[in-house]
Amino acid sequence: MTPIDTEIDTELVRGTSLWRDAWRRLLKNKLAVFGLIIVALVTIASIIGPTVIKRAFGFTPDYIPTSDVRLIRSFPPFTGPNGEFSWAHPMGTDNAGRDQLARVLQGGQISLFVGIISTLVSLIIGVSYGAIAGYAGGRVDNAMMRVVDVLYSLPYVIVVIVLLSMFRSQTPRGQLILLFVALGSVSWLTMARIVRGQVLSLKNQEFVLAARATGVTAPRIIFRHLVPNTLGPVIVYATLTIPQIMLTEAFLSFLGFGVQAPLASWGSLAADGVQNIAIFPWQLIFPGVTMALTLFSLNFLGDGLRDALDPQMRTT
Amino acid sequence: MSASADGALLEVRNLRTYFDTDDGVVKAVDDVSFQLQRGETLGIVGESGSGKSVTNLSIIRLIQEPPGKIVSGEVIFKGQDILSLRPAAVRKIRGRRIAMIFQDPMTSLNPFMKISKQLMEMTQLHLGHTKTQAYEHAIRMLETVGIPDARSRAGSYPHEFSGGMRQRVMIAMALSCEPELLIADEPTTALDVTIQAQILELIRKLKQETGTSVILITHDLGVVAGMTDHVIVMYAGKIFEQAKTKELFARPGNPYTKGLLRSVPDPTAEQGKLYQIPGLPPDVAHLKPGCPFAERCDRVEEICRREFPPFVELTPDHHSLCHFANEVYGG
Repeated sequence: MTPIDTEIDTELVRGTSLWRDAWRRLLKNKLAVFGLIIVALVTIASIIGPTVIKRAFGFTPDYIPTSDVRLIRSFPPFTGPNGEFSWAHPMGTDNAGRDQLARVLQGGQISLFVGIISTLVSLIIGVSYGAIAGYAGGRVDNAMMRVVDVLYSLPYVIVVIVLLSMFRSQTPRGQLILLFVALGSVSWLTMARIVRGQVLSLKNQEFVLAARATGVTAPRIIFRHLVPNTLGPVIVYATLTIPQIMLTEAFLSFLGFGVQAPLASWGSLAADGVQNIAIFPWQLIFPGVTMALTLFSLNFLGDGLRDALDPQMRTT
Repeated sequence: MSASADGALLEVRNLRTYFDTDDGVVKAVDDVSFQLQRGETLGIVGESGSGKSVTNLSIIRLIQEPPGKIVSGEVIFKGQDILSLRPAAVRKIRGRRIAMIFQDPMTSLNPFMKISKQLMEMTQLHLGHTKTQAYEHAIRMLETVGIPDARSRAGSYPHEFSGGMRQRVMIAMALSCEPELLIADEPTTALDVTIQAQILELIRKLKQETGTSVILITHDLGVVAGMTDHVIVMYAGKIFEQAKTKELFARPGNPYTKGLLRSVPDPTAEQGKLYQIPGLPPDVAHLKPGCPFAERCDRVEEICRREFPPFVELTPDHHSLCHFANEVYGG
C-alpha cells in the first residue's frame, strides 16, 4: 500500500492539547492566579514550615516549655517571655506556651491533608460509581442512583458525627484515619451524579459507538474513553470539594470530633482560641485568618478552573 | 479463511430489528435478506430512516437494547451466525473481521485521546501488538490513508484534524486489522464535495489492494453508481429493489427506484424543476396494510393500498418489491 498524495499543508503542527488552552485561560484570570499562588504558598509553608522553625528556633509544634513556671504562658505576637520584642513567636504562643505559628502550619498540613485525601477518596468512588451507572443505564443505573439518593437524603454532618462517635479511636492518628473515611464516604455522592450525567450524554456519541464497533470491552470504554472525557467537570468539582471538606473538618474539629491534640488542625486551633478570645485574641485570629484565606483561594482557583476548562458552563 | 471461493462472505437472512417506543413498535428493519460475496462492494441506498444504518448495526450487534431488539433472522458471516454468538465472541469479530466507518468523522473519534493511541488500541486489542509494534503499525496505516507527515501528526488530538483528515484516520483505524468486511455508513455525508471524492477514491483503492468486501451505505446515488457491484434500495425497513448496479441504473424495476433516479440532478439538462418524490416516508410505527410506498407512488392502483406487494424476481439477480414490478421493469 502506498501513501496517497494530498495537497494538505504539511507544515509541522505542534500539538496543542485542551489542557494547554485551559492553562492559558486560567492564567488570564487574576483572581484564580491569586488563589493559585496563595494555595501554593500555604501548602509549601505547611509542608516545610514546622521543620524550618525547628531548625531555626529549636522547637516543634507540640513543644511545651517546661522551664517556664508562670501561670500565663500565652504571649502576644512578636513578644518574648518578658514582654520584649522577639522573632521567635510571630503569631504568639498558646495557653501551654507552644508556638502558634508552628501550630498553625502543622494544622495546615493536617487540614490540607484531610481535604485532599478525602477528595481523592470521593473522586475514586464517585467517578467509578457514576461512570458505571451512567454507562450501564436502564435498571442498573436506576438502582445505583437510588442508593445515592437515599444517602443524599441523610443529613451528612450528622452521619459523620455518628460515625466518628461510634468508632472513637484511642490514638489521634486513628482518629484522623476515621475522619478520612467518614468524610470521604459521604462526599462522593455529588461527584457520582456529575459523572453519571456526563457519561449519559457522552455514551450516545459516535466515538463510543465507534469504540464498541472496534471490539473494545465495556470496562475499557468506561475508563479509557468516557472517564477522561468527564475530567474537566470532575477536576472543577474536586477543586471545589477540597475547601468544602476542609471546612467540614474544621467544623468537626471545632466540635471536638475531629483532630485531637497533640495533633492540630485549623478547626481545633480555632476551638482552643475561642475559649480565650477576650484575653488572647491572637489564638483565634491567626488560625482563623489562615483558614479563611486558604478557603477563599481554593474557591477562587476552583471557579477559575471551571471557567478555564468549561467555558460554556460560565454563568456571567 | 475457511469459506470456499464461491461462498458468500456474509449472508443476512430475514433480519428483523424492531424498536420499542412510546409510539409503538418501530419496525426499523423488517425481513431483510441479502448476500455479499468476497471482494464485492454492496451499496445500500435509501432515504433517512429507511433502515440502512440499523441493518448494518444489527450485523455486528450494536443495536442499543433496549429499546432496540433483533427480533429474528440470521447473519451468517463465514459460516457462523453472528446473532447466536456470545458477546465476547462478537467482540472478537468487531474491528478484527468486520470494521465500520461512521458518518460523522467529527464525533467518531475520542476527543481526549491522541490519534496514535486510538489507532494503537485496535491492533493491541485484536492482533496482540506490543506498544512499539502497534505504534509503528499506526504510523504505517496513517501513511497508507494519505496523512502527510504521519509520524509527527500521530501525537495530535482529533480536534487538530480537519473533517477529511479525520475520516482518513477513521479509515486507517477500520482497516488496521485488515478486516474481511468494511461497513461504511455514509462515510462522505459530512464532508464537502471535493473531500468526498478523495475519500471515496481512497476506499476504492484500499479495497482493491486488500480485497476487503465493502458495504457502502449512502443516500447518494452518484456514489453508488461509481463504487458498487450490487445495490439494495431500502424503504420503510424493507428491501424494495435489489440488483446489479448497472442493471439497476439501466432498468429499474421499482417505481421508488425510478423516482430516486429521476430526482438526481442532471447537470446537462437545461434549467428546469428538479424532480422530487412527493410526500414523506411513512411512519414505520404505524404502517398500513398495503404497500408502504403507495401514498407517494405515481402508478399506484387500488391493490397497492390493500395488499402488501410481492418480492418479484425479474432476473435471478434482480428483485423488486412491487405489484407491478414486471411492468415497471418492462418499461
